[in-house]
Amino acid sequence: MVSRRELMQAGLAASALLAGSGLSAGRAFAQQKLTQGDILRFEPLGNVTLLHVADIHAQLVPTWFREPSINLGVGEAKGRVPHITGKDFLDLYQIPAGSPMAYALTAEDFASLAKNYGRMGGLDRLATIIKAIRAERGENRCLLLDCGDTWTNSWTSLQTKAQDIVECMNLLKPDAMTAHWEFTLGAERVEEITRSLPYPLLAQNIRDTEFEDKVFEPRRMFERGGVRIAVIGQAYPYTAIANPRRMFPKWAFGLREDELQKQVEEARGEGADLVVLLSHNGFDIDHKVAGRVRGIDVILTSHTHDALPEPVRVGQTLLIATGACGKFISRLDLDVRAKRVQGFRHRLIPIFSDAIEPDAEMAALIARHRAPYEKDLKRILGRTEGLLYRRGNFQGSLDDVFTDAMLEVRDAEISLSPGMRWGGSLLPGQDITFEDITNASAMTYPQCYRTTMKGAMLKAILEDIGDNIFNPDPYYQGGGDMVRVGGMGFSVNPFGTVGNRISNMTFLKTGAPIDANRDYVVAGWASINEGTQGPPIWEVVGQYLTARKTITPRNESAVKVVGL
Amino acid sequence: MTSLTTVSRRDALCLTAAALALAPGLARADAAAVEAELRKLYGDRKPGSGKIRIDVPQIAENGLVVPISVEVESPMTEKDHVKTVHVFADGNPLPGIASFRFTPACGKAAASARMRLAQTQNIVAIAEMADGSLFSTMSEVKVTIGGCGG
Repeated sequence: MVSRRELMQAGLAASALLAGSGLSAGRAFAQQKLTQGDILRFEPLGNVTLLHVADIHAQLVPTWFREPSINLGVGEAKGRVPHITGKDFLDLYQIPAGSPMAYALTAEDFASLAKNYGRMGGLDRLATIIKAIRAERGENRCLLLDCGDTWTNSWTSLQTKAQDIVECMNLLKPDAMTAHWEFTLGAERVEEITRSLPYPLLAQNIRDTEFEDKVFEPRRMFERGGVRIAVIGQAYPYTAIANPRRMFPKWAFGLREDELQKQVEEARGEGADLVVLLSHNGFDIDHKVAGRVRGIDVILTSHTHDALPEPVRVGQTLLIATGACGKFISRLDLDVRAKRVQGFRHRLIPIFSDAIEPDAEMAALIARHRAPYEKDLKRILGRTEGLLYRRGNFQGSLDDVFTDAMLEVRDAEISLSPGMRWGGSLLPGQDITFEDITNASAMTYPQCYRTTMKGAMLKAILEDIGDNIFNPDPYYQGGGDMVRVGGMGFSVNPFGTVGNRISNMTFLKTGAPIDANRDYVVAGWASINEGTQGPPIWEVVGQYLTARKTITPRNESAVKVVGL
Repeated sequence: MTSLTTVSRRDALCLTAAALALAPGLARADAAAVEAELRKLYGDRKPGSGKIRIDVPQIAENGLVVPISVEVESPMTEKDHVKTVHVFADGNPLPGIASFRFTPACGKAAASARMRLAQTQNIVAIAEMADGSLFSTMSEVKVTIGGCGG
């Protein structure tokens, strides 16, 4: 990794780390008093400002979102950011324990800090920050770029086919976006939205399956502050594998690294002073891309939901990671002269909803879109005594609620729940609303199936998904976290090879080892299969919570991580 | 709520994967089978690296139709041109995928095709030039049931 010290030695970065933000050790934050002024404080640098948002997942209003306590890196990424969590993360970036940024960036002491610092995100707060930066810096120097995973995964976005979030995003006036989960709205709807979108959806790596023609504009040239900026879009390369291909049957994806190199060269040929990759690859893939594709100045990363308080530098390329669900926006000021980045200053700006004045226009639009669904959203299904969360490589306490609900309501022996990185958190003592559950489940293929699988098939599934996360070559990683499992325990060695990572599969009902040849009744959801039958998962979880009333999270995990 | 649903495609793929894993009797090619094919074609002649490139996805979107493009650097003159390119897959029941023949009239040595891959495996391509020299390259294609990403 590029260490903090190396960045300092590079000279360019010193200002970005300390002088500019004062964030890590800032007095205001140490005193735990948050003001909008502190959040916005930034000494401008150079001639261009890039503003980066990613993985908003249609979260219009502020949420709780606990960062992972386990986020393992394999291969070259082992022990390298973003695969550093908790206290190690705080130490690396010299963030005081208990400070607002410790709350925003780690799982340490999350429940109690959440009470101090409040929810994060909200597009009305984001609008305030963006307007303030544009006003201070000058609109003609700013470029707002959205990495995608923006249009889906809230109840209102599901009900309106993303009309709510699209209209709200339009109000933010982004300059370009790329995409992933957007495609699960179906190709027709995506085309319908993009036709009316006042800015382009860029993707150099999507082709029609018949003639390999590009489906979307691959890149666009912008001029800001006298700098010609080429923005190249990179959609999630494995959309057709991770999500149902039938929803966009004529589109093929893939990394297409050679094509990406050509895009960079063409952009330079057209006179680009600065080349930006707007990428949904995921951080580790982008780290590798940065080392192999020549001529990219900045990669705006996404997909893996990492939030990093400093850029990571690979050769001459800066990687920016801005987190998820509206918690952050990154500001990157660049001094671009003679077709080179001569200097930069960066800040990961936390969207503390209690400290930022909501933008009135955006707040009104959000309220208008939520009003028809407000009664549903606020419906209380139950209550939790402990912290519920999903994010992390392995099963979180909110996942336990989902897998337990499927076992009970679908009368299954084993249950499977996808390891998606979106889905917020709930604090101890909090009511669990329908909105909380749909924020962790709203999607266009929510059916909760019930079927039988042999033990051998369960092993194959776990191994395959394990390899998606822990393949040592990031180009072979599919992203997401490990599948969540109910009714079955297992051990996983992230550093094993495919077929050899999973062991000790145990049927929890009896304590017996899983029998490769026995049929187990399995419930699961988010199958990519066409014609999957069953009730939507939020009904299954809702029914379970309504019957149970109170959730008491378990302390012990049925997943043992070995080989560390 | 208690009826069994049909096995999904995803599950079916899992079934396929599991069946392959559990059926050691099922004939499958391996690296040795590809070596044997190469020996049949070229005896003990050893290929060099470089000149030949294959473009295959890292992870197949659909194992039934995996796109492959192959291109060999060559001036394609009478004296110096690519004669043939053979493509092999070391995890399919039969390793031979495609053979392309070129003449100087082709102008360039490039071809595209679709192949069917039963499982994660290596794709090997080898080019024979007019002077008898050989160049080969290899790339892994992962065939997966898919994860549930970001």
